[in-house]
Amino acid sequence: MSDHRELLLAIDTSAGTSVAVVDLERGVLSEANGFDTMKHAEVIGRLIEQALAEASVSAADITGVVAGMGPGPFTGLRVGIAAAHAFATGRGIELLPVVSHDAVARGAQHDGHRGELLVVSDARRREVYWSLYSLPADGAPVRHDGPGLAKPDALPHPHAARHDAAHVSAAALALVALEVRRSGAAFADDRALYLRSPDVTISTGAKRVTQR
Amino acid sequence: MNTHEPVVLGIETSCDETGIGIVRGSTLLANAIASSMDEHARYGGVVPEIAARAHLEALTPTIHAALAEAQLTFDDIDAIAVTSGPGLSGALMVGVAAAKGLAIATGKPLYAVNHLVGHVGVDLVTPDSEPLEYPTIALLVSGGHTSLLYVRDLVGDVELLGETIDDAAGEAFDKVARVLGLPYPGGPHIDRVAVGGNPKAIRFPRGLSQPKDMAAHRYDFSFSGLKTSVARWVEARTDRGEEIPYADVAASFREAVADVLITKALAACADFGVPRLLFGGGVVANARIRSLAEERAALAGVTLRIPPLSLCTDNGAMIAALGAQLIMRGHGPSTLDFGADSTLPVTQIQA
Ligand SMILES: [Zn+2]
Repeated sequence: MSDHRELLLAIDTSAGTSVAVVDLERGVLSEANGFDTMKHAEVIGRLIEQALAEASVSAADITGVVAGMGPGPFTGLRVGIAAAHAFATGRGIELLPVVSHDAVARGAQHDGHRGELLVVSDARRREVYWSLYSLPADGAPVRHDGPGLAKPDALPHPHAARHDAAHVSAAALALVALEVRRSGAAFADDRALYLRSPDVTISTGAKRVTQR
Repeated sequence: MNTHEPVVLGIETSCDETGIGIVRGSTLLANAIASSMDEHARYGGVVPEIAARAHLEALTPTIHAALAEAQLTFDDIDAIAVTSGPGLSGALMVGVAAAKGLAIATGKPLYAVNHLVGHVGVDLVTPDSEPLEYPTIALLVSGGHTSLLYVRDLVGDVELLGETIDDAAGEAFDKVARVLGLPYPGGPHIDRVAVGGNPKAIRFPRGLSQPKDMAAHRYDFSFSGLKTSVARWVEARTDRGEEIPYADVAASFREAVADVLITKALAACADFGVPRLLFGGGVVANARIRSLAEERAALAGVTLRIPPLSLCTDNGAMIAALGAQLIMRGHGPSTLDFGADSTLPVTQIQA
């Protein structure tokens, strides 16, 4: 195996569950997807196994783990990040955090989109996540604003073309990570992009139980 | 795999403690815990989403802390065990996902286990203790659960005799603390205020202890009526402009909880002819509950076992211990398809 070999496992659970294995030289080797947006914890293990098997690599060959940090609905989003962290920890390899929308923008660029693009994804509770990109003819997409959270009728950047994403590809996520690496830019923060505070009810002391 | 004395790393994230424990067979090697308890204090109880977020952040550092404490690397680990339920589902999912990622990365077999049975299994890794004898009655009391179990075989035969039908005992402490204007978590503060109080000053109700309730709920618990009764008592005094004898209220409330827990647990011991009672869960930290249990168990001729507090509160060592027992008894690993099951029944020892 050459020293330059870079073999990445990428995991994203910001929408469904997507796992991919990408090689620096040979490109995308495999991608395994689960589209159920409720069963991340159930399927994550099988999909990792499947992605490794289809790429004909073993866990020991992986040199880095790419984690989709969201934005995404919290419960599911955490599943992929936790699995990615644990995989990286177990192998003693690095974790490469990437904003999930970056993978969507990259996919759109690959499909021929150019210019300004507003990536939009479901945040549940009648809200959406958004990020604004410019997609150049050559070179990687650049995120200019976001990710943010908005009501669908109050989205910023109304002049940008809107691109709704129901799925985030882990293969695209890994390709973004390779580009970040190649360009020497910084990876995203290793922090889940919930973009929402936890639901809590602040206790205001004890309530009366007897009628006055 | 070494099935004689397997080295197992256990992951526990069912409530507000991120626990990573490591055992070798029945020997405790590490018990690393990160708690998000302080983050919940201002809300007066565990906020599930805050707990789940804290688990994600604490997992990797806590895994490293446990390995360092045990002076091991992943190469030394034979298997991984994880809590798959019962507990808070979003919190459980963090541990389940991490366990799967870790198991695949390291090529280790993975055991998904029951949190409540783990509370019993922890007794096996308690340092310097005689091996647990079966059968035993187990009383598990925390902020999240209040369960009475009949354990004939830790890895094969555990029966749920009864559980709380409303609040967990730990929750009752938190709610009564709020009534008395005390901070969260309620247990230690009620213990503090109860010092010098008369536990017989006020006769608060013992839930599900009347003859009519005992028929259907002999081993079940109920604490919401007790909480309401304390609140009503305090309000009546306040409305009359009288001073509240806080020490007496705290001591009498605590006595009611201790009394009903221990009475029912010892009734189970007597009914099944089992002279052994194992006590677990964070509420065993309560001084009066411990002393009353010791006193009454001795009178009833029941041997009482209480693991050290660090092993009674939720921890990863109990999960590792149960995983190790499953391996030593020849049980195969779980398949990768299990999820988080917030209501996993106690009869399902391994998922
Ligand atoms: Zn517990």
